[in-house]
Amino acid sequence: MSVPEFLLRLSDDRLILGHRLSEWCGHGPILEEDIALANISLDLIGQANLLLELAGKEEGRGRTGDQLAYFREAVEFRNALIMELPRGDFGFTIARQFLVSVFGILHLERLSQSRHGDLAGIAAKALKETRYHARHSADWILKLGDGTAESHRRVQDAIDELWRYTGELFEMDDLERALAGDGLAADRAELREPWRAEVGRVLAAASLKMPADGFMQRGGREGRHTEHLGHLLAEMQIVARSFPGAEW
Amino acid sequence: MTATRSDDAVPGDSQWPLWEVFIQPEPGAPHEHCGSLHAVDAEQALLNARDVYARRNEGVNLWVVPSQWITGSTPEDVGPFFDPANDKAYRHPQFYKTPRGVKVF
Repeated sequence: MSVPEFLLRLSDDRLILGHRLSEWCGHGPILEEDIALANISLDLIGQANLLLELAGKEEGRGRTGDQLAYFREAVEFRNALIMELPRGDFGFTIARQFLVSVFGILHLERLSQSRHGDLAGIAAKALKETRYHARHSADWILKLGDGTAESHRRVQDAIDELWRYTGELFEMDDLERALAGDGLAADRAELREPWRAEVGRVLAAASLKMPADGFMQRGGREGRHTEHLGHLLAEMQIVARSFPGAEW
Repeated sequence: MTATRSDDAVPGDSQWPLWEVFIQPEPGAPHEHCGSLHAVDAEQALLNARDVYARRNEGVNLWVVPSQWITGSTPEDVGPFFDPANDKAYRHPQFYKTPRGVKVF
C-alpha cells in the first residue's frame, strides 16, 4: 500500500498547486504572463493526472485519476501545505513557484532514476517542464527583487511568509525511507542543502534576504490541512460531484 | 525630432518594449516571423515567446528582436520597390527555354 500513498503525495502537490495557479487565468498582470501562468498550471495538472492514474492502478481498487482528484475529501489529500495557501499577490505566487520548482527539479532528477519504471518515466517528462517553471519564476524573482521598493517589499514578505512551509518538502517518514531504501523513492532530506544553495544564489542576486530556519508548519502528508484546502476543493470538485460521470 | 516607439503611444496599455518573435519550424529551416509581444528584457522576451508562440510544438528554435531595431519599407515604397519587377520576366527562371536533353523534374 505504500507506493500509492507515495504517489498521492507527488500528485496532490501538483494538482493543488496547479489549481491555485489556474486561478490567475484572466487575471495575470499582462497578457503574456497570464498565458505563462496558465501553461505552468496545465503542466502541473498534467503531471498530477499521470501520477493519479498510476496511483489508482497501483492501488488496484479500480479508481481512476479523475475519481481520486474529484471524490476525495480534504483529509484524504496528501499535498504539502505550501501548495494550498491562497494565491496572494503576484509576488507571493512567483515566490512560491520558485521555491517549489527548485525543489521539484532536485526531487524529479532523483525520481527519474527510480526503479519504478512508470514513475521514472513520468518524472523524466515532468523534469523538463519543471526546469522551465524554475527558470520563469527565477527570472521574476530577479525582476521583483531588483524592481521598485514596493515590488522588493512584496516579494521579500512573500518569501518570509512562505519559509515556514518549506520544511515539509524535505520531511522523510518511515514510508518514504522504506521506498528510498528499495530504490523507488528519493531521500528528500538530502535535497535540502542543494535547494538552499540554489535558492540562496537567486535571492542574493535579487538583493533579497534568505530567512532563517525557524518553526516549520507541517501535517499535509497526514491529511491535516489549513482551512484553505477545503475551499479550494469545493470549487475544484463541484462540477464533477454535481454531474457524476459527465464527459466533456 | 525623435522617433516614437509604437508601445509608448498607448499609455496604460503597457510601458514595456515590444519585441518581434521568429520561430524555426524545423532544423535547417529559416526562422519565420510569428508575432510580437511585450517584455522588459531579452530573457523575458524569450520566455514569453516560448509561452505564447511555442507551446504546441511549433518549432525548434526562437529568436526575439526589439521591434524598434527593425526598419521596414512603407506603403509609399510599394511603387519604386516592387513594381519594376513586373515587366522583367527574364529575372525568373521560367523565362528561359529548357534545352533539349535536360531532364525536367
